[in-house]
Amino acid sequence: MPRIVEVRQKVLKQNDVLARDLRQRFKDSGVFVVSLASSPGSGKTAFLEKTLTLLRPNYKVAALVGDLETDNDAVRLARAQVPVKQITTGTLCHLEASMIQHSLEDWQLEDLDFLFIENVGNLVCPSSYDLGENLRLVLLSVTEGEDKPLKYPTIFNTADVAIITKMDLAEAVEFDLPTAEANIQRVRPGMKTITLSSKKGTGMDEWLDYLKSMV
Amino acid sequence: MHELSIAMSIVEMAEEQSDLHGGAKVTAIHLKLGPMSGVVKVALENAFSLAREGTILETANLVIEQIPIVANCPQCQAERTLPSMQSFLCPVCETPLSEIIHGRELEVVALEIEELCPGS
Repeated sequence: MPRIVEVRQKVLKQNDVLARDLRQRFKDSGVFVVSLASSPGSGKTAFLEKTLTLLRPNYKVAALVGDLETDNDAVRLARAQVPVKQITTGTLCHLEASMIQHSLEDWQLEDLDFLFIENVGNLVCPSSYDLGENLRLVLLSVTEGEDKPLKYPTIFNTADVAIITKMDLAEAVEFDLPTAEANIQRVRPGMKTITLSSKKGTGMDEWLDYLKSMV
Repeated sequence: MHELSIAMSIVEMAEEQSDLHGGAKVTAIHLKLGPMSGVVKVALENAFSLAREGTILETANLVIEQIPIVANCPQCQAERTLPSMQSFLCPVCETPLSEIIHGRELEVVALEIEELCPGS
């Protein structure tokens, strides 16, 4: 006769435990960690490059970037003259806490003020994995359409702030900002939203002021 | 598509439990799954049938209980079940809801096992 054994264990417990350890290590080292999730091509790397360049004169910053293949993004970000490490995931569609832990093994986190983690371009899988970050951003570019939050509610619901990118193209693609903002509020009531253009630099002040206010 | 690595974690957890019970055969795994876990039921079932191959779970069933999203409505002072993830508004009074009580579950709740030596 089969018998029932109660287990009550989260499937991602191992990741959650590692993420908790990472969060403690970040706290002890005095570094504020921001992760970025979005679909491919929404401007994560451009946004990060601009952010790193603007922060570098006054803060010690570094970045980890996840991609399935190539170190193109790390090469691009290195132009901001800050430490950058590529995490190549192979076929894996998201970053996990163990990869962050492994990548940071030889880093002196005490030397940093801000660490940015760019997730693999994917709006589905990254939502399931806690990376130990203090702030999770979800990016949405104006070229993707206003209904992205409704199509991918989970990532919006697990993120803290929504960044609407490529605002310099908003008019050309007839982007309807009030509708996009309403959709974000439908899937994540109270979510902070910042609109900007990494290329033109508009809106970057609001983002950086917000970031600095978190520390 | 991260369901395969999740299915492999489930298999590992069941194997650990089997070891704790003297290598008992696992015949079923009961899992609670909420829509906000980011895991799709059908994809997980397919991934599980691959992940269990060649393990002690070869013939085990994955029994998935889908959990609806439940949030607390501060206005109604009541728990409300939400019909979809597309709208976190109270279905009764339309207040935006941010206090999620259920819906993120991705949790093994129980296993059905057959012990090799009954009574031991």
